[in-house]
Amino acid sequence: MIAEAGHYALVLALALALIQSTVPIVGARLRDPALMNVARSTALAQLLFAGLSFLALTTLYVTSDFSVANVFENSHSAKPLLYKITGVWGNHEGSMLLWVSILALFGGLVAAFGNNLPLSLRAHVLAVQGWIAAAFYLFILMTSNPFLRLAQPPLEGRDLNPVLQDIGLAVHPPMLYLGYVGFSIAFSFAVAALIEGRIDAAWARWVRPWTLVAWIFLTLGIAMGSYWAYYELGWGGWWFWDPVENASLMPWLSGTALLHSAVVMEKRNALKVWTILLAILTFSLSLLGTFLVRSGVLTSVHAFATDPTRGVFILLILCVFIGGSLTLYMWRASSLKQGGLFAPISREGALVLNNLFLTTACATVFIGTLYPLALEMLTGEKISVGAPFFNLTFGPLFVPLLLAMPFGPLLAWKRGDLRGVTQRLMAAGIAALLAVALVWAWTTGGAALAPLAIGLGVFVIAGSIVDMAERTMLFRLPFGGAFRRARGLPRAAWGTAFAHAGIGVALIGIVCESTWNTEYIGTMKPNDVARLAGYELTLKDVTQRQGPNFRESLARFKVTRGGDEIGEMTPSKRNFTARQSSTTEAALLSRGASQLYISLGEEAAGGAVAVRMYHKPLVLMIWWGPVLMAFGGLLSLSDRRLRVGAPKPAKASRALQPAE
Amino acid sequence: MALWFVFALMTAAAIFAVLWPLGRTRSNAGGTEASVYRDQLTEITRDADAGLIGPTEAEAARVEISRRLLAAVDAEGAASVGSSPGFRRAVSLLALIGLPLLAIGFYLPLGSPAMPDFPLATRNQSPSPTQPLDNLVAQVEQHLEKNPTDGRGWTVLAPVLAKIGRTDDAVRAFRNAITYAGDTAARRADLGEAMAMAANGVITADAKTEFERAVALDAGEVKARYFLGLAAEQDGRGSDAAVIWRDMLAKGPADAPWRPVVTAALARVGGSAPKSGPNLPALSEDTIASVQGMNAGDRNAMIHGMVDRLATRLKQDGSDVEGWLRLVRAYMVLGERDKAKSALADAREAVGSNAERLRQLNDGLKDTGLDG
Repeated sequence: MIAEAGHYALVLALALALIQSTVPIVGARLRDPALMNVARSTALAQLLFAGLSFLALTTLYVTSDFSVANVFENSHSAKPLLYKITGVWGNHEGSMLLWVSILALFGGLVAAFGNNLPLSLRAHVLAVQGWIAAAFYLFILMTSNPFLRLAQPPLEGRDLNPVLQDIGLAVHPPMLYLGYVGFSIAFSFAVAALIEGRIDAAWARWVRPWTLVAWIFLTLGIAMGSYWAYYELGWGGWWFWDPVENASLMPWLSGTALLHSAVVMEKRNALKVWTILLAILTFSLSLLGTFLVRSGVLTSVHAFATDPTRGVFILLILCVFIGGSLTLYMWRASSLKQGGLFAPISREGALVLNNLFLTTACATVFIGTLYPLALEMLTGEKISVGAPFFNLTFGPLFVPLLLAMPFGPLLAWKRGDLRGVTQRLMAAGIAALLAVALVWAWTTGGAALAPLAIGLGVFVIAGSIVDMAERTMLFRLPFGGAFRRARGLPRAAWGTAFAHAGIGVALIGIVCESTWNTEYIGTMKPNDVARLAGYELTLKDVTQRQGPNFRESLARFKVTRGGDEIGEMTPSKRNFTARQSSTTEAALLSRGASQLYISLGEEAAGGAVAVRMYHKPLVLMIWWGPVLMAFGGLLSLSDRRLRVGAPKPAKASRALQPAE
Repeated sequence: MALWFVFALMTAAAIFAVLWPLGRTRSNAGGTEASVYRDQLTEITRDADAGLIGPTEAEAARVEISRRLLAAVDAEGAASVGSSPGFRRAVSLLALIGLPLLAIGFYLPLGSPAMPDFPLATRNQSPSPTQPLDNLVAQVEQHLEKNPTDGRGWTVLAPVLAKIGRTDDAVRAFRNAITYAGDTAARRADLGEAMAMAANGVITADAKTEFERAVALDAGEVKARYFLGLAAEQDGRGSDAAVIWRDMLAKGPADAPWRPVVTAALARVGGSAPKSGPNLPALSEDTIASVQGMNAGDRNAMIHGMVDRLATRLKQDGSDVEGWLRLVRAYMVLGERDKAKSALADAREAVGSNAERLRQLNDGLKDTGLDG
């Protein structure tokens, strides 16, 4: 009954989405508030049914009901409970169900907390959400239905892909989907604005919290995915410029641009047309990511199954939504009023520069990802565009962006004083130069540019500190006064500082890891000692162990440095019987921000085992950076002004005065 | 029945969600733009205090926002609220009739409402009458998981596993039976048979080794000899196969149950039963087919399907030498010499760089009759 109820709930969600996508639009044309409010109740009901459906599938996984084909193919009764639950989205059908559930969640949130939106805008936004949802419900029911049954339920399931049996699966896909799908709200707002033919500063204020939520989750999702690949795949790499990774990076880049241009639009009523375009592009890139990953165009750990009908269906959805919204944009954008003039040297100017670089960077990633695919499709020729291409194009674009970044928040709106800002940033510049000198003196080998890049990272971090010091007048007022000012600052300002500093932190991590990373690859027998970056690693023994649904060979290493024992590391290699495949479980030992990394290779004759060991200096900063950025986003989101559905302050009479 | 009741409840909830706002006469009007502009004015004051915007620019911005605020307030005053009872009724009808129809129309072709759930817990507690064997197997497997050295358990389990089609597990079980319950010709022969089943009916080099061991332990081991003949046939040495089988028929007892099978096999390679042997009653096609468990057409289709699957798998991962050998042999057995040759070429290409594998491949191909 659970399986069938979940199936039926999904069908009902489709029916509700169809009503949600039509009735409110007619209601807005007729100016009938009751019809417009249908959007709200159907969005909430749709959330209920999509949620029920998802819950049903989860229950089926937990109880190992192999009469459901999807559960049989991707679960095993001996799997630990956590992986039974995460296995729900560890396959194509289930992950699409998660996708629509999150879409329904965002729709429901707009319906529940969108009290501050004008009625017709909310109706239009929810209707556009309804279109997207209906398309994807149809996709699931027609091509990837997770609730199909098996007439003869087998006794045991086929188990989940072992690489996915990891805590990472519990975090990475939901985060990433919250990010991808969250941008659908910005998209819906943009299309709604185009349909209404009206867009203004208020629009940007309403769309910003949603964009921010999506951006926070996407940031964390990408970082988590990168860390997962780092420790699970056993190569010690954290970013491969793999098309699937690029597919998530593109919406992040354009989403970041959108976040910044929305600020200009909100504060200064400028860049309206551009912001709308960015909102459309960001979600289009999210859809493109879904298409690339789910259609089987690319093969990677992410491509669970390849089925041409699915690819065609998603391509169709892609064409309708991207093509449709861009057509609407071309048709209506010219009718939108421009507004808000500013000088080139100003906060607005800085944000335009930011947008310019971010979108260009996004375009390079786009070309690098899709060009090989297009070429292969047209001529059959296989080329691979890898790290060298991206390092050569992406890197140079980010250097000026990062150089300009500290200037932005210090510049005034409308017309800024570049010389004044430069003087204020002098301290940050000196800090950066000191860092360059120190790194130069301290290290040997590595790329000549590495110390400069670290200097750039320090400049960005110091720039954020200078920004906050300036705003709180840290050195000009007594400490108490500065503290009061700090508390009085809008949280969005703190958010900006944290997010920008996060970029600097990540940059330092990236440069250190890729420049001074040392490795040892060889075969070791028990009691062999490997020396790596001043550490001695002794292989104590290799033992076999039986896990719940796998057998593993476990190696124990003693880690010492100058005779002092630091700890033990136990990398292992797991063999999963149901799928007859194996995974490497790397062992990590953190020392500050640096890590030792051991992964096991094949076992050689005579008890020897192949090992790969890395010492990765400051590698953890790569992920601390995005966490800082997400924290900054969270601070900004908690800013009272942006809080969704917050009661309006009763300051109307006072604030109205200047309007005379 | 309970299921349809749940469906009805869910449908009712969905319909209610559409009807609810339609029935309300007074609904909230939503937020306004004006409040956003009021917020912005306070913000300008704060930014000006913090020195983030110059005094003249702040004044200009104030004027700008105030102008927008006035326009927004005007627009709100002018906005009329309409009401269209006709359309509301149409939507109500759509919800009451269209929504259930659409939902049922989508669900019925896709869903299986008659099928109950089969969670693991109930499967284990009450053995369903349709799968008593599976439950027994599961119990024995659990027992063996705890007592992996129970040779008798493995001996009992292995043939059952082979019968229910879990051939890979059967191979492992037979190996364990040999390890813990003793090495006998019959077990070796069973192991070889399970390996051949796991390889989709093709006698692999490993399986052949097992049969040879069985014959070495007991020269009269019938199954092993039969399969050795089959191996010879699959390698394209029909006459060798015929020699083995003819010998079996000549030496075996007259009423041995395996006679029909061997006779049929012998007929396949073009030999006839030795004259000296007792005359056999003619077997109808049906008997042979039922002995094989399948009719010839199905079996052929199945074999072709398996070979195709093997070929596709090897296209994706060409490192499996044993698989390539199996494929080449299978094509030879099916009489598709051209395909066998092209598979061989593919195999060479796939393992080309690895000397060890290439040697293994060439060794394996020696007796296929293709130019090695």
